[in-house]
Amino acid sequence: MKQAEPAASGPLSTTRWLSPENHAAVLAVTARLKDQPGALLPILHGVQQALGHVPEGAIGLIARELNLSRAEVHGVVSFYHFFRTRPGGRQVIHLCRAESCQAMGAVALEAHVKQRLGVDFHETTADGAFTLEPVYCLGNCACSPAMLVDETLHGRVTPASFDAWLKTAREAS
Amino acid sequence: MSFTVYVPRDAGALSLGAETTAETIASEAQRRELEVQVVRNGSRGLYWLEPLVEVVTPAGRVAYGPVQAGDVAGLFDADFLHGGAHALGHGRTEQIPYLAKQERLTFARVGIVDPRSLADYRAHGGYRGLHNALQLAPAEIVKAVTDSGLRGRGGAAFPTGIKWKTCMDASAAQKYIVCNADEGDSGTYADRMIMEGDPFVLIEGMTIAGLAVGATQGYIYLRCEYPHARDALNAAIATAASAGHLGADILGSGRAFQLEVRMAAGAYICGEETSLLESLEGKRGQVRFKPPLPAIEGLFGQPTVINNVVTLASVPIILDQGGAHYRDFGMGRSRGTLPIQLAGNLRRAGLVEKAFGVTLRELIEDFGGGTFSGRPLKTVQIGGPLGAYIPLSRLDTPIDYEAFAAIGGMLGHGGIVAFDDSVDMAAQARYAMEFCAIESCGKCTPCRIGSTRGVEVIDRLLAGAERTQNEVLLRDLCQTMLHGSLCALGGMAPFPVLSALDHYPEDFSRPA
Repeated sequence: MKQAEPAASGPLSTTRWLSPENHAAVLAVTARLKDQPGALLPILHGVQQALGHVPEGAIGLIARELNLSRAEVHGVVSFYHFFRTRPGGRQVIHLCRAESCQAMGAVALEAHVKQRLGVDFHETTADGAFTLEPVYCLGNCACSPAMLVDETLHGRVTPASFDAWLKTAREAS
Repeated sequence: MSFTVYVPRDAGALSLGAETTAETIASEAQRRELEVQVVRNGSRGLYWLEPLVEVVTPAGRVAYGPVQAGDVAGLFDADFLHGGAHALGHGRTEQIPYLAKQERLTFARVGIVDPRSLADYRAHGGYRGLHNALQLAPAEIVKAVTDSGLRGRGGAAFPTGIKWKTCMDASAAQKYIVCNADEGDSGTYADRMIMEGDPFVLIEGMTIAGLAVGATQGYIYLRCEYPHARDALNAAIATAASAGHLGADILGSGRAFQLEVRMAAGAYICGEETSLLESLEGKRGQVRFKPPLPAIEGLFGQPTVINNVVTLASVPIILDQGGAHYRDFGMGRSRGTLPIQLAGNLRRAGLVEKAFGVTLRELIEDFGGGTFSGRPLKTVQIGGPLGAYIPLSRLDTPIDYEAFAAIGGMLGHGGIVAFDDSVDMAAQARYAMEFCAIESCGKCTPCRIGSTRGVEVIDRLLAGAERTQNEVLLRDLCQTMLHGSLCALGGMAPFPVLSALDHYPEDFSRPA
């Protein structure tokens, strides 16, 4: 008996499927960067910059373009904290958990931020506005606690100043 | 009449509002029809005064800070453009005691020059080192670095000249210079300040290293948490290349050196040199076995010099002033200066470059001004997340690699994090193990498994279960990690744990 084709919305095809636009975007990145030595990290950065994340469906394509196995590419993507395989929020908040920030109240700040956003680390708010990620030092240790929102650095963050920032960010979006 | 005002573009200053301050100064000047040129410098490292605004006057640069946008109109009213008196005024920048008491060699230009301007860099002594190096044979360059006594500032403190000589003596068609700019230790930011505040000094240092060992390609492996440093480096590299200071024919010498920034991706372990090389090759950042040393078989299997930012940025002054000049600073086998980063709970956190020999107490009390919170100091952690917690009884220890090793600590990259008496040392010990578990590359068992078991044992200990036995178990586990791990991550993560346990046992025996 002939097996039915998997439905377009089936679990396998949704994780591996890449839209034509994203397919083209990934190929544009690989075409630009693949000939340099040690090209994989620059390519993954390029894809994440273009698409906001590195979709599962891009892994096979990148592997093919670099003549690597899917396992090798997957292994690299999953090794590095910075790469995400699912879309994040419109803004990514990196909150520092490291010692210098701890010495200035980061543990209490972390609890406050999670409560205000209603998410834990690695999660995205229900409205898709913010993803919260932990980070281990932002190099702003003379102005602890620190927080990096996309590429904007904040220093001496307090629960009150976080709330003020959040209010402005929500109004802006 | 035209005025020049400096407002830092340093990420730390920006994090406290420097961008708005700079914009407000420009618009206020326009409103008052005054000709003001705003230069975006690096930070002087006096972070409690950031955003620190400086005005050029005939008597020198005059400092005001911290200047928020709301203070700007008042500064104009006080005629700050002529150095007028104001509540935020600190007089001449150079005479602020925190700066005046320092010995800035590597940081000589940081906060002073415009980091986007090659002309400014050259006007402040830049490229004199490279100019001298171009007249020397490779072995003479290496000798100058060896004579200076410079040791790796990333943490391992290995003599730089010996590393360079090993690479110079290796024969290969292609060699590499790799800059380790994956500054991941909490409490450290000296690399970031140099890259943002004086990027040309790093480019010059790497170029000299290339001449010394015969390498024509350099990579700066930069952590992705540093977008401002990335922009500063890329701008400086483009400027240096278009001015013939990088590329196929450096300053008309016929010698080539290419340089490229490569972004890391948030793995602490990639600050370890062999995992860094793996990462640069596009692989998982897993630690390599040594030997072979990277100087013999490094990036893409070729001889590679891999040094930290501060190390490479210290090379130009050595080639400019001579190895002896640098060596004459310092004590014992720790020669030259160390850019020390004061962090955590301190009133005056910031960058202090001093000759080796300054004591921890001078740094914490005289420079740091005691705790920010005003509560009693309890401990300082030195050398990042793998550094020991130092008790107050050891505050008279001088900043010296050997003196720190003698008290069971390490200087690492020179970051000092201060904690007041509200800190729970058991929680800090647990965090050290947790951090190791999160960041372990997974290659060796003591680190990969030991760190997770360490968290569990500390949890049981703190829950009051079989306290004595669990402490014995924890200490035994620490010994396994210390002696059985492949690299410093697993091999040093026990330092904060054991030092907390040894010096603050009371924090481990509180009622659960």
